Amino acid sequence: MGSVIATSRTSSPHARRARSTSQVMLWVMVATLPGLAMQTVYFGWGNLINVVLCVLLAVGAEAMVLALRKRPLTFYLKDNTAAVTGLLLGLALPPLAPWWVSAMAVVTAIVLAKQLYGGLGSNPFNPAMVGYALVLVSFPLAMTTNWAAPAGLWQAAPDLSATVQSIFGGGQTAVDAFTMATPLDVYKHEITSHVASEVWQNPTFGTGIAKGWEWVNVAFLSGGIGLIVLRIITWHIPVSMLAALTVMSLAFGSNPDVTTPLSLHMLAGATMLGAFFIATDPVSAATSHQGKLIYGAGIGVLLYLIRTWGNYPDAVAFAVLLMNFAAPFIDHYTQPRTYGHRKARRGIASKGH
Amino acid sequence: MTTKTSLEIIRDGLWTNNPALVQVLGLCPLLAVTSTVVNALGLGLATLMVITGSNLAVSLIRNFVTDSVRLPAFVMIIASLVTSAEMLMQAFTYQLYQILGIFIPLIVTNCAILGRADAFASKNKPLPAVLDGFMMGCGFLVVLVILGAMRELVGQGTLFSGMDLLFGPAAADWTLRPLDNYPNMLFMMLPPGAFIGLGLLIALKNSIDGQLARRRAARAEPVIASGRKRVRVTGTVS
Repeated sequence: MGSVIATSRTSSPHARRARSTSQVMLWVMVATLPGLAMQTVYFGWGNLINVVLCVLLAVGAEAMVLALRKRPLTFYLKDNTAAVTGLLLGLALPPLAPWWVSAMAVVTAIVLAKQLYGGLGSNPFNPAMVGYALVLVSFPLAMTTNWAAPAGLWQAAPDLSATVQSIFGGGQTAVDAFTMATPLDVYKHEITSHVASEVWQNPTFGTGIAKGWEWVNVAFLSGGIGLIVLRIITWHIPVSMLAALTVMSLAFGSNPDVTTPLSLHMLAGATMLGAFFIATDPVSAATSHQGKLIYGAGIGVLLYLIRTWGNYPDAVAFAVLLMNFAAPFIDHYTQPRTYGHRKARRGIASKGH
Repeated sequence: MTTKTSLEIIRDGLWTNNPALVQVLGLCPLLAVTSTVVNALGLGLATLMVITGSNLAVSLIRNFVTDSVRLPAFVMIIASLVTSAEMLMQAFTYQLYQILGIFIPLIVTNCAILGRADAFASKNKPLPAVLDGFMMGCGFLVVLVILGAMRELVGQGTLFSGMDLLFGPAAADWTLRPLDNYPNMLFMMLPPGAFIGLGLLIALKNSIDGQLARRRAARAEPVIASGRKRVRVTGTVS
């Protein structure tokens, strides 16, 4: 009566070929598309133009440095990592930022933060965030006044030619009518002199949580979940980062009349883009699962600290960079136990052994 | 120890053993005050004065101070010279003195100065010691000024602005402004800009050294290791 139940048609070995870096990066780019689409629908053409500009510049800068370093061009260019760096910058920069701000950010990211450290895999810091932080520190005016007003592509948003003119016009700031401060910025400053119900009247917020921004964040969230399902990223960093942000917000900012509420922390600003696409950069993040949990939580805590008590309304770049500093240290203390060893080798070997 | 010729001392201070580019000493003032040419020049001149004077004084007392107390003695000498420099600046370039602020007294802690006192002046006669101090100071000054020029140009789009602080009212219109409407790049004016600028300067020096070494190697006769057998193909090997 020994019947064998066939559970699977395929036989061993079950090992599959690992995805190449090029494929992984391609999937990352595909996963950002919903977010980019939402940005375009709610805020106009700015982000789309920025993305194209930044990707072209990133690939160009990468090619230039590779040529200077006498490395094979096609081999390195086709891993798509430069394009992803450019793409992330295009998504993160203010939609109407002047072209030279974007160019400065991209060139810094590729040349200074990536290639000068030895290229892909050797950079201790997330290149896109180094570029972003540099322009954020250097050009505070251009980086705060060029956020597009949520207007809808088919409604009041500037049309394609007006957007191009604004980005490539060479001025520091776009036309006032097109722009608006970000919801996080508005809430942080208005709440010092108003109560929450008054602040919510500000046109930045609309009828939802933060007009347009919530859909952009939901789109990035869905793209990020797609990456987890495809096993391109693991859940550890995004989940621990968002959990830490939630805990911080509930612990220190539960009163919306004093501080920015949790809904805005989650769904306005660059939280979801940061959690799923930026903090998960495999090169500059912590390596082990336990390490990733600590790393992500650190970003979440820093994000809340800087947003609430720091000088910047959004802080994904600084939070990620600060935890990049800590990643080697975290790795040092979270090495998993290897098979056959009783204990994991963590930290500095004690003198007794 | 072998004594160095004057030429070697000069070359050491300005290039081979440059305090800023090779020894990478005295980073604190180097990074803090090089936001403009005039700041860099002011601090560079003060440092030059102090390092020359301290090398002379240390060399003069080198046979009378025991090893165990030499460092406190050197620091005392440097501190009194820095105080004199500070008073001079307060008297003649008061505005610059105010801009540089704490970094003038901090010259005392510039390791380049103490380093030269201990490594060179305490072991050499006064004349070479003075030359060494002067050349090291010049090497430091040149790097400060180049870094200051880089940061001023990229950071605020000017060159030689505020030179009247150092050279009197006649220098008020020395300011060059290559680009109109330049958006200030704050990053270069902040400390990270100084780190990146210094990194680029060190890289430039190393690449020039590499070029020179390659050129020298190409010019030199190929060295044949002794005892190696060579196949004689044609002609004669001398």
